[in-house]
Amino acid sequence: MAIFELKEAREAPADTKGPIHWAKEKLFSSIGNTILTLLGFYLVYMTLPPLLDWMIFDATWSGTKAEITKDGARWIFIIEKFDQFMYGFYPESEHWRLLSVLGLFPISIVLFKYVLTNSKAKLALLIAFPVVSFILISGGFFGLMHVETHNWGGLMLTIVVASVGIIASFPIGIMLALGRQSKMPLIRTLCIGFIEFIRGVPLITLLFMASVVLPMFFHEGIEFDKLLRALIGITLFQSAYIAEVIRGGLQAIPRGQYEAADALGLTYWQAMFLIILPQALKISIPNIVGSFISLFKDTTLILIIGLFDILAMVTLTNSDTQWLGFEVEGYVFVTIIYWAICFSMSQYSKSIERRFNTENK
Amino acid sequence: MKKNKKTSLFSKGFFNNPENRAVIYQIVTLGLVILFTMYLVGNLFDNVEKRGITTGFAFLDEAAGFGVSQNLIEYNDVSSTYGRVFVVGVLNTLLVSAIALVATTIIGLMIGIGRLSSNWLISKLCMVYVEIFRNIPILLQILFWYNVVLAALPSPRKSMVFFEHAFLNNRGFILPKPLLESNAIYIGFAILIACASVFYLVRWSKKRHDETGEEFPIFKVSLSILVLAPLIVYFVSGQPISADYPALKGFNFKGGFTIIPELLALAFALSIYTATYIAEAVRAGIESVPTGQKEAAKSLGLKDHIILQKVVLPQALRVIIPPVINQYLNLIKNSSLATAIGYPEIVTLFSGTALNQVGQAIEIILMTMAVYLTFSIVISVVLNWVNAKIQIKGR
Repeated sequence: MAIFELKEAREAPADTKGPIHWAKEKLFSSIGNTILTLLGFYLVYMTLPPLLDWMIFDATWSGTKAEITKDGARWIFIIEKFDQFMYGFYPESEHWRLLSVLGLFPISIVLFKYVLTNSKAKLALLIAFPVVSFILISGGFFGLMHVETHNWGGLMLTIVVASVGIIASFPIGIMLALGRQSKMPLIRTLCIGFIEFIRGVPLITLLFMASVVLPMFFHEGIEFDKLLRALIGITLFQSAYIAEVIRGGLQAIPRGQYEAADALGLTYWQAMFLIILPQALKISIPNIVGSFISLFKDTTLILIIGLFDILAMVTLTNSDTQWLGFEVEGYVFVTIIYWAICFSMSQYSKSIERRFNTENK
Repeated sequence: MKKNKKTSLFSKGFFNNPENRAVIYQIVTLGLVILFTMYLVGNLFDNVEKRGITTGFAFLDEAAGFGVSQNLIEYNDVSSTYGRVFVVGVLNTLLVSAIALVATTIIGLMIGIGRLSSNWLISKLCMVYVEIFRNIPILLQILFWYNVVLAALPSPRKSMVFFEHAFLNNRGFILPKPLLESNAIYIGFAILIACASVFYLVRWSKKRHDETGEEFPIFKVSLSILVLAPLIVYFVSGQPISADYPALKGFNFKGGFTIIPELLALAFALSIYTATYIAEAVRAGIESVPTGQKEAAKSLGLKDHIILQKVVLPQALRVIIPPVINQYLNLIKNSSLATAIGYPEIVTLFSGTALNQVGQAIEIILMTMAVYLTFSIVISVVLNWVNAKIQIKGR
């Protein structure tokens, strides 16, 4: 009987591994590829070093305006105007209120996810957080100084508009999505009409509508704050998009789920809130995050109707006669902020998507 | 006699019938909607009366009296009406959208295919492009190109010169203007005839391929017809197209035609931004074709470009086209952001300048919205038609 000995696996041939082989395979596999690679390296060489020089190595990070000698970015402008970029004209003595809202946010998330187990307590927290935030930001209660909305600005205003937009549009979006799926023709038509109208026009026309036309539809006594008008426009806009996202989720739920809920004798609302929506919302989370990213980017449009979000701060800070001609730094700074926020949200949405996809792979 | 099972309104069973309840819910909803609308419209009429605002569309026939920096049709600063302003605005919207649509499709295709390249560097560069430009608000990009990049261009006297006769400076991009003589009409005819013949050639070659299996070099032949026919007619008819070259006179250029910087910035930003979404759609489409399809085609001995042309693309296009058409619509809607830099399209001209002068906000904004709604309806009709056309035909 022959005895089989397990042979040690031989090493792969020297030319099929290592960085040189990798480069041969991935960068220089053919003449065309080699040309492309060289072009690519040339492009990187042309853009990256000057950009890094401008942004970091040649940049002025400290000192006063008079001391600028390098020709890179003059970040002292941003450092000087940082508060304005973040808070607009919000009084400096009250900045702690905004910071405490910022601090309360992660605390609430931790409470919501890990500490609270009772669903009623969770609901209470869900309602309490926006209320407390509003009281802190707007003031006027408990001896807090009232800060008029025209003093709100900068990144804080951007975040307020985006958050209100997503929170307020969510219930409306759910109702619209359910209405669009409804068996009642009148309700369905109304919902479809609303959704398609909103999705058919640009946000800027809705904002114009809200800021110019809306006050004419109400009694003269009813005053609409400029910010409130923008928020109404944004909420209407976002709810139509959220409705479409949720409809996608609703359509992905198998018919059997609806029928099972019916068979159990659940009413329409019970079936929706206990069976269908929890599943539909779960699968639409990545798309909801995607829609939120779009909304976050779209909040920049409020500068066109005269609100001072962080993008508007670029022009505003540059109108200071002491600091003229710093647009480039301003735009780059705002770009970095938007990019960082949107990019991290999109990575988060991708990670959720991957987590959901595991069962199918 | 058998009695109908219908229950009367006052019996208990009436409300247990979901159909009856549905009718009641709908009547109530309709009632609420009508009441709410009546409340709003009532207030509207009150306010209009109190503030003494004129209503109606009579203002469209009044002279607008303001200048427009770019007009595709004849426009007079003094005598042209608001109606004409509206048309100028719509045309300018269409112009910037058309330019950006072509550019974004080309960039998007290149980046999307580039991301799937076997070349590591190229695919990473394409990924960086997508991740950078997709995550920056479009308005920020428009303002950046307009206020930073274009504003940094030199003055007309120090223009950047391309091919001797094209000049780029902070007043815009100045190009030679083609001058058409009367014979130039024949070139137009030549182009039309060339297009028609290519159309029939394509149909003929497809039919022949279906019947006999013989290939016809349709792409090369069509391209040469399209290029050669107008070219030959151009020389035969005595070169009827000349150019009006721009020349520096004093502080600015005379002659030629100018692409205004607003148009440059807007078209550039829109195409760069939308291209990221198109690239993602292209990538997703190509990735959606199972590898088995490519391997099967390869094992049949098909060449690489045939595989792409006959196996991969027909299947990928079904996935690619719908989102791309949606992105086209988004691009058209985003062109409304022109109002931030003052490119004279419909929102800037009509909802901006005209609204400030006339003050009839409702009519003007509704007209503006109607323009965009028309675009979306047209595009969704196209989309439905395309979807029906590219659907796999089941047996």
